Amino acid sequence: MKQLILCVFLLLSSPAFAASGHELESATIDLGNKASLQRGAKYFVNYCLSCHSAKQLRYSRMAEDLDISPELVELNLMFTGEKIFDGMTISMRPKDAEKWFGVNPPDLSLIARSRGPDWLYTYLKSFYVDESRPFGVNNSLFPEVGMPHVLADLQGLQRAVYKEVETEDGSVRKVIDKLEISEPGRMTEREYDQAMNDLVNFMTYMGEPAKMERQKLGWKVLLFILVMIGVFYLLKKDYWKDIH
Amino acid sequence: MSGMLKNALGWIDDRFPLSKVWNEHLAEYYAPKNFNWMYYFGSLAMLVLVNQIITGIFLTINYKPDAKLAFDSVEYIMRDVEWGWLIRYMHSTGASAFFIVVYLHMFRGLVYGSFRKPRELVWIFGMIIYVALMAEAFMGYLLPWGQMSYWGAQVIVSLFGAIPYVGEDLALWLRGDYVISDATLNRFFAFHVIAIPLVLVILVFMHIVALHAVGSNNPEGIEIKKYKDKNGVPLDGIPFHPYYSVKDLVGVAVFLFVFALIIFYMPEMGGYFLEHANFVPADPLKTPEHIAPVWYFTPFYAVLRAVPDKFLGVVAMAGAIIVLFLLPWLDRGVNKSIRYRGPVFKTAIVAFVISFVGLGYFGMQPVTPVGTFFSRFFSVIYFAFFLLMPFYSNIGQDKYVPERVGEK
Repeated sequence: MKQLILCVFLLLSSPAFAASGHELESATIDLGNKASLQRGAKYFVNYCLSCHSAKQLRYSRMAEDLDISPELVELNLMFTGEKIFDGMTISMRPKDAEKWFGVNPPDLSLIARSRGPDWLYTYLKSFYVDESRPFGVNNSLFPEVGMPHVLADLQGLQRAVYKEVETEDGSVRKVIDKLEISEPGRMTEREYDQAMNDLVNFMTYMGEPAKMERQKLGWKVLLFILVMIGVFYLLKKDYWKDIH
Repeated sequence: MSGMLKNALGWIDDRFPLSKVWNEHLAEYYAPKNFNWMYYFGSLAMLVLVNQIITGIFLTINYKPDAKLAFDSVEYIMRDVEWGWLIRYMHSTGASAFFIVVYLHMFRGLVYGSFRKPRELVWIFGMIIYVALMAEAFMGYLLPWGQMSYWGAQVIVSLFGAIPYVGEDLALWLRGDYVISDATLNRFFAFHVIAIPLVLVILVFMHIVALHAVGSNNPEGIEIKKYKDKNGVPLDGIPFHPYYSVKDLVGVAVFLFVFALIIFYMPEMGGYFLEHANFVPADPLKTPEHIAPVWYFTPFYAVLRAVPDKFLGVVAMAGAIIVLFLLPWLDRGVNKSIRYRGPVFKTAIVAFVISFVGLGYFGMQPVTPVGTFFSRFFSVIYFAFFLLMPFYSNIGQDKYVPERVGEK
């Protein structure tokens, strides 16, 4: 019995119930906010789309869903001579990418569905200066990441502030306490947060364009079924009135 | 008009027993009048089966069973096919809904003793349906060709490799390759879309034929065929149609409400119905940090991991399913329904439910010492529930059991 109680106690304090390691900041996802999605699209094609593809998303679909005219998309958001009906591909060859970055930058079409928006939002805010890395930056959420800080121009550079913690075996270890801007970029911290939120909002849309449609349709279907429940219930009551 | 219809029906009846089948299974199939809400899940399981078959056909139209194309073809369905996203979510949610409905259906049989004599074959056919359903779900899960599809299949098929002597060859034979590959995808596709559905439909037919031969059980565990009127109609029975066909419509509508709620607002169900890692294309060179089967397999997966030896783990996992088949012969209680059974049996049922859900939970988590302890603890309860049943199932049962529905 004692062992059981101990186990219940251990269970409640086990890592399975705690958030793993790095705490995630939450992004505000609102697919109804077209302006945010449009800004996100701008950041995406300017900062991500040269190395990462998003082949599942067609420019034309994006134009339609985000209320941008196809002409504007062709003029402002397409750079490499694709057609409007093409998916967002890149011209960097996977072999070259591997040589240059160590890994082939993954296609980002579904990244918001596999990682989740909060993870992406936190990731984009977690780059810090680390001279030991090939591109001079590391990421506190994704240690030893192969990606350079392409958004440094907007965010500036962050430096890690360490604190000392005692590990289980009694030794003292240095861990990152927080990140602080050491070299400001073109944006203030708030502006950068807003920009990253827009970007993540767009990536969430990109992961599942049908989400807009299904959420708009869903409540009508549910309402219809609700009426159906009522009708069927009355029908049943009527049929069953003689059964005791 | 009705005269013409009658003639047409007569013409058919002379050549095909249409009226006879209709009467035997619907209009003159007498079901106990005291079914409660737990009796909805049989018809709901059929509804989900139909849903899976119809949406499955539409998915097949655009899906490509090819390791190079499969993942993208699913995204093509999600993005470019008209209503493709709806059809896909109906199918993916339907898979989980199928198991929820079937687990509740089995639980109802368990508590009301619906598997007891003379319904042993109804239970056995049902159990074969359940095993076929697991095979169907397992093979279907490979088709989107995501990371979890791939590595989940890799883990499960490798389990066959633990069988002594023939294991490795068996796993090789199942995969058609040394690892999960295009060959595996193709054969799983074949099994998923034709072989197993065909078996499932035949088994469901047999399940119902067997049930209609012996008649339905009910929450009181009363055999309604004992008391009949002069026409041979059970006094406590009512024709399935229209009474239960109309009543089941209410169950169907309520089910559809929940089903639609999930499809439209939470198709991933927080990663339980569609696992997050499955939105990453399968990569044979990159093992995910944590491989977990979909929720409906996790109770058995937990049993597997609870045993330190791999082969014995596979034996235990298979045993956990096989023991369900034996239920009609393990239960020695005089009374069928839980309403008239002793506190020991009632406690055992509660312990069983807790252990099954607990195993399901720990089967999803990464291995930890605490998780392993609990998986073992719950596995022991799980097996004890069945294997000790001959000894405890008759303790302290109610002496008085009603003979008729509504009798006090």
